[in-house]
Amino acid sequence: MANKLVGTNYSTPDLIAKVTGKARFAEDWRVDGMLFCKILSSPMPHARVTRLDTSAALAMPGVKAILTADDMPGPAAGASLGENVRASAQTERGLTNEPLYEGEPILAVAAVDEFTATEAIEKIVIEFEPLPFVVDPLESLRPSGPNARTQGNVWQRPAPAPAAAAGRGPANPAAAPPPGPQIVVWKWTEDDFDKAEPGQMPLGKFTDTFQFGDVEAGLKKADLVLDETFMTQSSSHQPLETRTAMAYWQNGKLYLHGSTQSTVQTVNSVARWVGIPPSQVVIISEFTGGGFGSKIPGSIFMAIPALLSKKANAPVMMRITREEEHFIGRARPGILARVKAGFRKDGRITAIDMYAICDNGPYDAVGDANTAGVTISLAFQPETMRHSVLTVLTNTPPKGAQRAPGGAQGIGIMEPIITKAAKQLGLDQVDVRKINAAAGKAPFGAPAANGRQAYVTSAFVKEALDKGRELFKWDEKKAMYSGKRQGTKARGIGVAVSNFSAGSIGFDGLFIIKPDGRITFQSGIGNAGMYAVFDVHRVAAEMLDVPWEQCDVVFGNTAKHLPWTCASGGSQTVHAMTRAAHAAAKDAITKLQEIAAKSLGGAPGSYKIAGGRVSGAGGSLTLAQAAKKAIELGGKYDGHELPADINNFTKASATALAGQGLMAVAKDAYPRDGQSRSTVVGFALVEVDTETGHVTVVDYTAIGDVGTVLNPRGLKGQIFGGSMMGMGHALTQRWAYDQQYGKALARRFHHNRPITILDIPQVYEADAVDIADPETPTGVRGVGEPPVGAGYAAVMNAIADAVGHDIFRRSPVTADIILTSLENGGHWVHDSIRAHV
Amino acid sequence: MEDMKSSDETTPSVTRRNFIKGVIAAGAVASSSAYLFRAAILQGQPGAAGAVERLITLSVNGQDRRIDVMPQDTLAWTLRYKLGLTGSKLGCDRAECGACTVLIDNVPHYSCSVLAQTLRGKKIVTIEGLADAASGTLHPVQQGVVDEQGFQCAFCMPGFVMATVGYLKTNPNPTRQELAHGISGNLCRCQDYDKILTALMRGAEYARRG
Repeated sequence: MANKLVGTNYSTPDLIAKVTGKARFAEDWRVDGMLFCKILSSPMPHARVTRLDTSAALAMPGVKAILTADDMPGPAAGASLGENVRASAQTERGLTNEPLYEGEPILAVAAVDEFTATEAIEKIVIEFEPLPFVVDPLESLRPSGPNARTQGNVWQRPAPAPAAAAGRGPANPAAAPPPGPQIVVWKWTEDDFDKAEPGQMPLGKFTDTFQFGDVEAGLKKADLVLDETFMTQSSSHQPLETRTAMAYWQNGKLYLHGSTQSTVQTVNSVARWVGIPPSQVVIISEFTGGGFGSKIPGSIFMAIPALLSKKANAPVMMRITREEEHFIGRARPGILARVKAGFRKDGRITAIDMYAICDNGPYDAVGDANTAGVTISLAFQPETMRHSVLTVLTNTPPKGAQRAPGGAQGIGIMEPIITKAAKQLGLDQVDVRKINAAAGKAPFGAPAANGRQAYVTSAFVKEALDKGRELFKWDEKKAMYSGKRQGTKARGIGVAVSNFSAGSIGFDGLFIIKPDGRITFQSGIGNAGMYAVFDVHRVAAEMLDVPWEQCDVVFGNTAKHLPWTCASGGSQTVHAMTRAAHAAAKDAITKLQEIAAKSLGGAPGSYKIAGGRVSGAGGSLTLAQAAKKAIELGGKYDGHELPADINNFTKASATALAGQGLMAVAKDAYPRDGQSRSTVVGFALVEVDTETGHVTVVDYTAIGDVGTVLNPRGLKGQIFGGSMMGMGHALTQRWAYDQQYGKALARRFHHNRPITILDIPQVYEADAVDIADPETPTGVRGVGEPPVGAGYAAVMNAIADAVGHDIFRRSPVTADIILTSLENGGHWVHDSIRAHV
Repeated sequence: MEDMKSSDETTPSVTRRNFIKGVIAAGAVASSSAYLFRAAILQGQPGAAGAVERLITLSVNGQDRRIDVMPQDTLAWTLRYKLGLTGSKLGCDRAECGACTVLIDNVPHYSCSVLAQTLRGKKIVTIEGLADAASGTLHPVQQGVVDEQGFQCAFCMPGFVMATVGYLKTNPNPTRQELAHGISGNLCRCQDYDKILTALMRGAEYARRG
């Protein structure tokens, strides 16, 4: 093929706009008569509004409207809130009269400028009745502990609890979704708490458990059993672009300029949040400044400018400040876990008995605790496993999917235990990962009703470990650094294996070959920095042997007739949408062949598409000629007749585009045996300064088992960015709360500091095993999420190698933790079970 | 100072009458008060700190721009909302992230933390002013970013590019480590720092070649 595009680097077509400042993000749009809005948010972690008088504010010149919870539609139960999270009847509504966390929006004021809106907020008379609150899940489980909500403190699935799904869509899409969870009062006994040793997580009753194999027997036959407590922190997403949005109405339609990871999938969410039919929603989101799971289908707060705009009868811009973003911008839930794990002499894991408490925040149940177990079950293939979870409500900002939700925490909890076991058994760390590595159609997660587990489409983790071992020079570094000190500097190396979901199926591809010979791809993917919005279409361009320069991509505006597209979350996009692009390209090839046969004679199958022509026995046509012919022929060729199986959303778009050229439109109906999951293995060399506690990541190497490589530079960037997010969890990022008053102490970047350009490893290598996934025609799987757990755990494992395994029991492993533990003879002294300290 | 005092007096309760009285009492410069007076009537609303509003001239991207700025207007706000230059981004509005970085007399500054009133006579260059206005030819640093596919979401990109252009004026031939230090006042939350440094180093190389 002359135009080899898959697996080659290129510059995305939006880069010039980005680098010249012309790219417009949500806050960069202006409309005549645009008002600004400001939010009044709760100063308390849990309260009820007892008095509200807005008259003085409304009387101010320049104040146009005030929106309160009474103006919001009822809870949009059933709406997607991102990976693993569904809205319930207790979901948030954007504004509230009973704030459940400090910073929760109560009302919004629209005025001619922000200054006036801010002044108006000062004139609002509001009084609160404080209600009981809790910021630490464990405190809420105590017999007399406070409940975060009046209904209770724990999410419980109605009995009988079905085995929790593996996280992604059910194997049988026709199966009814499991009943939604409900809030209940759930307490442990004093005895439960008393039985735990200091620093050990107590064990009471849990709401959900999945199990495969005989865990007791597995522990019994083990040569080594470890019983470890570990706490992962809650940490905000902090996309650099806050969830600013601007809205106006035209002819009864809502035009919303917002920040979202998923252009097409945001239509339904916004429709539910605003309370209007999806057909009346237009989403404009050409550029999104990061999301990391917090903007998968946009944000519920998009409803505020939308409804204020309607009320004020003018466009409304809602700028969200950094501090507001801290509260409303979602976060990864911290998990407190206790794991009993059994190991054979050779390092093989015979049993994992895991208990996890998830710090859920006040709203819908996040699936992180369950997903943590599912991810561990695949990463380390234990012979037997029992996973018990409890999702506890707290009066902290709402949690949501954050890049490898639950997966990163699971790897962060389990990896240090494996490192400790390998050390005690005198085994090489990479060897232990290999003996437990997933291979082929590896099983994972909870068994279904028939007792069988789900399995992956393919896994080549051993190959990834071998490649990484070589690239990182593991054995050389082990001999040189492992556990050796030079003066005050201790160096150590660590390896970690991390996986996450990496692909969904069943979406639509849509493009047009225009009469000038150019191809216009319709892309419903969000443009939040992953390049997938462009990358996936290169599969189709390559199949048609068309130079990329001859292609245009339409994106970022649902009024521009986009096809039904997956949400960009769960690393599903490049898998799902290359399949859809492949299906559409096949449709185009068939149509080109038929048009050639009709025009030039012969059998359609005798025509080949190459070099910009469709050629065969009867001669050849250029793509431009074929496109003109398609318009003449009409029917299915130019989109006047459409396949029956495509989504109605695609049908509407295709109908609007019909007659412009040769239309390629198809649903991804390719079979898939197994669940698509990708793995990234990380290798880290760190240097710990034993006098200051400072950790420097010296070298980092990561290898992906992610199927065929679509965009090498993009892949390397995703692996790096994800790994750095994980390193932030290992080293710097955390929430802190005043436990007495429930007030957030970490509210901005410098309180909850992400990795900066000065923290990055001095040497970074990344590669992929580059083995095609056999269950998808393009061989491509997603990569965005698995690197987080790899970076997180590889760095923690390297710290353990440098200064000892007993140094830390929670993340981030701060200088303070390292120093106080070292002063205490290398034994941890910090609080290991209290959240947000 | 007269202006500031008057501002304090008029802030608590601003009605149009009070506003106009405030302007008169302040004895503001005739031309700008006339401008303000007219603007207030046209917009049907007073600026809250009205009396110190001033029509000033800023040099932005080689052009003199006459604008009405409030005393509290930052450069970032002025660029984005008064001059239509939305390339400089507001990521934190408080000197943490660097997305709003611009050059003021060739030195990188967080435009969110500089008041527009203080910039009379200074030369401001934003991301929109880097490429050659006539030919559209990109600045070498911009070209490096394009060639190396630097950055992911790119919300931080304008700030990083401006910080780099400014840094290279002091050190045209930096090591990767030196450049990292030079632009460490900028945050990328995609944390694509490896590719960012590769792209900006490429840009520095282009700049040296001229």
